[in-house]
Amino acid sequence: MKPVLGARGGTGSWLLQRGTALGMALAVPLFIGALVLHAPFDFTSWRAFVSLVPVRLALLLTGMALALHAWVGMRDIFMDYVHPVMLRLLLKGLVILVLLASVLWLATIMWGVA
Amino acid sequence: MSPLPRPVYLDLCRIHLPLAGWVSILHRLSGAVLFLGFPFAIWLLSISLAHESGFAEVRAWLALPLAKLALLGLVWLFALHYFAGLRHLALDVHWGTSLTAARRSSVGVLVLSGAATLVAAWGVFV
Repeated sequence: MKPVLGARGGTGSWLLQRGTALGMALAVPLFIGALVLHAPFDFTSWRAFVSLVPVRLALLLTGMALALHAWVGMRDIFMDYVHPVMLRLLLKGLVILVLLASVLWLATIMWGVA
Repeated sequence: MSPLPRPVYLDLCRIHLPLAGWVSILHRLSGAVLFLGFPFAIWLLSISLAHESGFAEVRAWLALPLAKLALLGLVWLFALHYFAGLRHLALDVHWGTSLTAARRSSVGVLVLSGAATLVAAWGVFV
C-alpha cells in the first residue's frame, strides 16, 4: 500500500479520504431518499429495488469508496496510537483483509441479485 | 540548538477538552465503530436478498427492541461521523476556522446528528 498512497508525504491518502468522503456524502442522502420513496418493502419489492442497475452500481461504488475511506482512517488511527511495529502491521493487515473481503462479498451479492 | 522546553501536561483525566475537541474525537471513534459495522451490514444485505425466509429473519431481528436500540446507536454514530466529516471538509478549505465559527459548527454537528437520530427513532418506534 505504501508506494501507491504514501509516497507523497500522505497527500495521496489525504485526497483519497476527502474524495471518497465527498462522493459518499452525496450518495447517502440520495440513497436514503430512494429508500423512503420505495418503502415499505417486502421480499419481492426489496429484491426488485436492489436489482435496479443504478442501485447496484451505487451500492458497489459506495462500498468501494467506503473501503478506501476506512482504510485511510484506520491506518491514521493505528499510526497515532499503535506504536509497536509488528502489532501495527498485523492490525493493518487485518483491516485490509476485512475491507477486501467485504467489498468482494458485496460485489458477488450485486452480481447475483440480477 | 535544542528546542525550548515546553510545558507538557498529559493527565488525560484533567485535560479539559473543548467542544470542538469532543466532536473531533467522536468523529474518530464513530469511524472506527462504523468500520466494524461494515461487514455486518453486508451480511444483513446478503441474507435479506438471498431468499424470502432470510428477508423475514432480518425483519424479525430488526423488530427486537435491543436491535432497534443498537440500530439507533449506529444511526447516531453514522450521523455524527457524517456531519463532523462535512465540518472537517469545510475546515480543510478554510471555511469557519475562527474560534467562534468552529465552536458554533461543532454545536451544529451535535444538534444535527441528534435530530437525525430522533427522526430515525420516530421511523423505528412509531
